[in-house]
Amino acid sequence: MNTRSMKGWLYLIPAIAFLGVFVVYPLFDVVVYSFEEGYNSASQTFFGTGTYNFSYVLRDTYFIQALKNTFILVIITVPLSTGLALLISVGLSSIKKLQELYQTIFFLPYVTNTLAVGLVFMILFQKTAYTDGFVNQIIHLFGGSSVDFIDGPYWAKMTVMCIYTVWVVMPFKVLILTSALASVNPDYYKAAKVDGTSSWRIFYKITLPMISPMIFYLIITGFIGAFKAYGDVVAIFGTNLNAAGMNTIVGYVYDMLYGDGGGYPSYASAAALVLFAIVLTITVINLLIQRRSVQTS
Amino acid sequence: MKIVLEHITKRYPNRNKKIGGLVTAVEDFDLTIPDGKLVALLGPSGCGKSTTLNMICGLEDPTEGKIWFGDTDVTRLSPEVRGVGMVFQSYALYPHMTVLQNIMFPLENLKGADKLSRDEMVRRAEHAASLVQISELLERKPSQVSGGQQQRVAIARALVKTPKVLLLDEPLSNLDARLRLTTREEIRRIQRETGITTVFVTHDQEEAMSISDEIVVMENGVIRQVGKPQRVYDEPDNLFVSKFLGTPPINVFEGHVERGQLYIGTERVLDVFQAPDGPVTVGVRPEGFVVDADGPFTCGLVAVERMGRDTSVVATHDALEAVQMRAIVSSDARVDTSASNVRFRLRPEKTRLFDAQTGQRIHFVGETMEEPAEVMAREARAAAGAPKPEAGATA
Repeated sequence: MNTRSMKGWLYLIPAIAFLGVFVVYPLFDVVVYSFEEGYNSASQTFFGTGTYNFSYVLRDTYFIQALKNTFILVIITVPLSTGLALLISVGLSSIKKLQELYQTIFFLPYVTNTLAVGLVFMILFQKTAYTDGFVNQIIHLFGGSSVDFIDGPYWAKMTVMCIYTVWVVMPFKVLILTSALASVNPDYYKAAKVDGTSSWRIFYKITLPMISPMIFYLIITGFIGAFKAYGDVVAIFGTNLNAAGMNTIVGYVYDMLYGDGGGYPSYASAAALVLFAIVLTITVINLLIQRRSVQTS
Repeated sequence: MKIVLEHITKRYPNRNKKIGGLVTAVEDFDLTIPDGKLVALLGPSGCGKSTTLNMICGLEDPTEGKIWFGDTDVTRLSPEVRGVGMVFQSYALYPHMTVLQNIMFPLENLKGADKLSRDEMVRRAEHAASLVQISELLERKPSQVSGGQQQRVAIARALVKTPKVLLLDEPLSNLDARLRLTTREEIRRIQRETGITTVFVTHDQEEAMSISDEIVVMENGVIRQVGKPQRVYDEPDNLFVSKFLGTPPINVFEGHVERGQLYIGTERVLDVFQAPDGPVTVGVRPEGFVVDADGPFTCGLVAVERMGRDTSVVATHDALEAVQMRAIVSSDARVDTSASNVRFRLRPEKTRLFDAQTGQRIHFVGETMEEPAEVMAREARAAAGAPKPEAGATA
């Protein structure tokens, strides 16, 4: 090894040490835990090794509910938020007056505390014995009867959850897409204009392919982010998610570790690995689709 | 298609909002581009030449004035209605489409009665591709072909709708030096073959001089001179044009005229009969110097450079505007390289006088190869105001 690469490794030591201790080792440990059966965290003993943890988790109704919730959240919010973000970004890039003001407004949710936003959503959507939230007042206005979005039927809670998630993830996507749109060389648009291209065709044939790498980036990170949903759910429905029927996979993992029925690192690890497998599969599929359809220049 | 630009003015709001107000990019631009000619808009960057091109194209509207294509007023018409093809400096080839798809793109936009069948589109695209000699590249992506080939694809795309006017914005600036030479000949060939009225923008005077039928020299949004390249080079209307054209550039001295004699420093260097007395700016083309041991013009010798068939003498002079001057002399000229001075004679037909204040050309007898009588006749015509003097010269 020459001096140059020795130096390089020397500089890397702090990063490698930290990553090793706090990322690589825990990852490895999660795998180990997940195969240790009947692990007792107090005595740090276990009965044996095997796949029982996985079969327990996969048969647990709470886990099945969490899996279902997470999938619904992912399938609804990822396309919706990406599509809406694209719409907003195109709108933002085509206006000239007050563009910066609107950009700032759309970016506000990004810098707002998740729990604060959750609280606001709760107030907006809630229904108590005495008062109706803002949303229910609107429903009343149109002659409907009020719904308890926070503590009511499943679909109502899921609606709030989806709206909330879309609202929270939007600013980042808008930010990425507006900068992607801004980075398209204006000559392309000029050339298209000289050739009399309709604006829809310009968008579909030029803009969209040009920013497609960024759209795919957002879809992939959107999938990963939505699969990891937890904090947002807590912000609206509180910590007892299993009782609310709104738990997510990450929520289940957390509950298994620290919740009321917690203290089961093996089950938590198994659930975490199931989540990992799902995210990995979806990401690989995404990348395969991307390789086939996204145009590289 | 003849293009007429009638007193075109373009003003933008100032980008710096603190200053505000309007910036004039092009002012009172008056020009007729004859049908089937290749015309270059030439000028330093920021002189308004690209803005002018965009206005001919229809990408920008003039603030004042009218644009005519033949007998049609196209001032407010959109580009596709005008029937123009445009090649952008960046080529603007869509990277996700193949060369063929790129060339076909304008045809796919056609609607209604003009709509073409797929086969017809391919046929026309292939024809345009063969015109620019890229038929074998049709299935490639733009990133898979060279810069010069990308340029041709862009030209093919601009030509595929058989436009009446072809516009090229700095068509050669992205190419390396050698490719520039061949590509500019190629542009010339394509223009001749198609006979399309072509306007191109460049800041490279050599490029403009080499292929255009006419050049339009611009400075700060106004036309400085219009004419055939050689004519503009030989007979510049003003100091700016004379300095802008020619490599190596013209050598500029301070001088003065006294009773028909031109003085540079204290030396009487040339007879300039009929030039008015007073301070003048003297421009001498590098080829305007003749090494002559008895010559009237003494300069400090710096170096003698022999490059191929040219011999240049690098020299200095107190009255020189630049630090050094360069004279291109015949290769059999004898220059004593050990001497500190070199003496020249000036060729009157390569020496140009300009007003020291305005930079306007001052004529003198003997400055052209023409007979003095012809000069007098030409000046009489000019004085009578028969042909319009080149626009914008006073700004």
